[in-house]
Amino acid sequence: MKYKVALIGAPNCGKSTLFNGLTGGRAKTANYAGVTVETKKGIFETHAGHDIELYDLPGIYGLTARSQDEKVAIDMLNGEMKEVGRPHLMLVVIDASNLRTHLHSALQLREMGLPMIVVLNMIDIATRDGIEINVGELSNQLGVPVVASRATRKEGREELLNQIDKLLICDLETALAKSVHDNLALLQKDARKIASIVIEKEASLNVITRKIDDIVLNPFLGPLVLALVLFLMFQAVFTWATPFMDAISYLVEALGRNVRNILGKSLFSQLIVDGIIAGVGAVLVFLPQIVILFAFIIILEASGYMSRAAFLMDEIMRRAGLNGRAFIPLLSSFACAIPGIMSARVIEHERDRLTTILIAPLMTCSARLPVYTLIIAAFIPNKPVFGFIGLQGLVMFCLYLSGIISAFIVAFVLKRTMTHGASQALIMELPSYKLPNARDFFLGIYMAAKSFVRRAGTVILWTSVILWGLSRFPLSATNLRETFAGKIGAILEKVLAPIGFNLEISIALVPGLAAREVAVGALGTIYSIQGGDANLETGLAQTLQHAWSLPTALAFLAWYVFAPQCFATLATIRRETNSWKWPVFAFCYLIILAYIAAGATYYISKIWF
Amino acid sequence: MELLNLEKGKSAIVSGINAKDETIIAKLREIGFAEGDEVEIMHYGPIAKTPICIRLNRTLIALRPEEACAIEVEA
Repeated sequence: MKYKVALIGAPNCGKSTLFNGLTGGRAKTANYAGVTVETKKGIFETHAGHDIELYDLPGIYGLTARSQDEKVAIDMLNGEMKEVGRPHLMLVVIDASNLRTHLHSALQLREMGLPMIVVLNMIDIATRDGIEINVGELSNQLGVPVVASRATRKEGREELLNQIDKLLICDLETALAKSVHDNLALLQKDARKIASIVIEKEASLNVITRKIDDIVLNPFLGPLVLALVLFLMFQAVFTWATPFMDAISYLVEALGRNVRNILGKSLFSQLIVDGIIAGVGAVLVFLPQIVILFAFIIILEASGYMSRAAFLMDEIMRRAGLNGRAFIPLLSSFACAIPGIMSARVIEHERDRLTTILIAPLMTCSARLPVYTLIIAAFIPNKPVFGFIGLQGLVMFCLYLSGIISAFIVAFVLKRTMTHGASQALIMELPSYKLPNARDFFLGIYMAAKSFVRRAGTVILWTSVILWGLSRFPLSATNLRETFAGKIGAILEKVLAPIGFNLEISIALVPGLAAREVAVGALGTIYSIQGGDANLETGLAQTLQHAWSLPTALAFLAWYVFAPQCFATLATIRRETNSWKWPVFAFCYLIILAYIAAGATYYISKIWF
Repeated sequence: MELLNLEKGKSAIVSGINAKDETIIAKLREIGFAEGDEVEIMHYGPIAKTPICIRLNRTLIALRPEEACAIEVEA
């Protein structure tokens, strides 16, 4: 028989590290119907040979069921999750350093009527800080087993396994006396009383944390440090990733060439090479950026700096109707909206999370760069402005800036309409600084990379095949205009002509709908530029200078700031919100904005120039 | 007096948690604020002195003034 064990505790109590330690990191993400909160599930075996299914519940401070996370935890513990059923046992994790402050949650959980073991976690750190706790007495006071555990070591985990075995042997249903009261203030009073008995020595705030915060949260130095961290992060994502990205595109090209050599020029070979390898490859290229970005985010999160960044940014974000915690997801979206939308999970409040997800696509992601680079090189002269700034760089900066500004405006409007609701309070713990755990770090990166690659193998694969089919059939077509893609482009042109787009742009936008950067290659095909990739960019820029007017080019850039041309992003929004409503809404509002922005740019620049 | 009026760097003892919004009270209690706990204002946010970083016993907690004003303290 398999025993179901729920792992529960406050955020920052070292729960994930314990989870990874017990299960060896072999975890599956578990999604539940109608619930957007994601939890992990892992398996391990106790010394007595019991098979344990360990469910990692969301990190929560209590059980008043006021947030989505708390509801999930309560439903899970009450056995209302059909996929899981009622757990046999719960492990309640408490950070030993903050026992006094967090003990009441153990009393609250005890009233759920499930057998439980309290894990006094990171006892080594507490001891180092000069805290002494009488573990045996705590167990007496609570009436449940208490195990002291070190953050990263095996000791303590052994004892925990033995305790689990012991509890599994006795009759689980009657293992516990129930309920005192549900008044939080009274619970806290009880908890403080117990804490005063069992805590034999207590120290004040960790000195290192205090010293770091004196710099990092200083009103002048703090923002400076944050800017430095962000600069380093962007630098890493955009420059450190380049050699790896080059290597991947080289491998993809080499693979395509070799497959073409083997399979010949048959239609099947074209499907494999031009459709699948090129399509999936174009997205896989971004893997190094995703890995580097996640490495940064995991370190910032695990070290405790992330909540400091949220602290510093809270007021600015709030004026836009967002929460300080939205800062990180939006930042990630500059590399790619997909990890950005995924990391919006750090925002507890459902409405705030939704607002953040909906504006994430407005951050200029790296897939827009090839397009911006091409158009700017072709149409914007590189003359200096104000003597020292290049005009090309200035235009690029403006494109980034208009994305950010419109994101803030959209958030402001959404907050008052679609995602209306009371603004979330900011009640956020700033954990003491810690060195990130190596196992957690690599596991986190591995999970992020895996889910990205899996998506490339499914959604992207199929859209690539479909788009290839559209631009290849009917077989009688002698050029792109006669293909299905060309015909769709001709229909699109009727809609897009008023905002200055010609037939060629309209056709290029058909494959560009799945992934933005594909439009560059498509324009190349349409204007039948010969030669390799390096040739393509310079040759294409020259061709475009003659084929497009300046207003058209500027309208195209404005379009790209907004247009939701990324199926993977929409699929991620669908997954993260568990509903089709929001990806459809995001698509509609972004396409309308794109149309208006491109149209306005076209007409204004026509008058201007 | 209100926690908000506490001088930065001076510690005080929580004497009560009161707000119109019960959710705020519950959230403050859940994260750990309770009568008898030691609190101290450690840092202010860079803009308009918000949010506020508060030491609660050995824990650091960030609150906006709207939430912090629910906490009553005695020196």
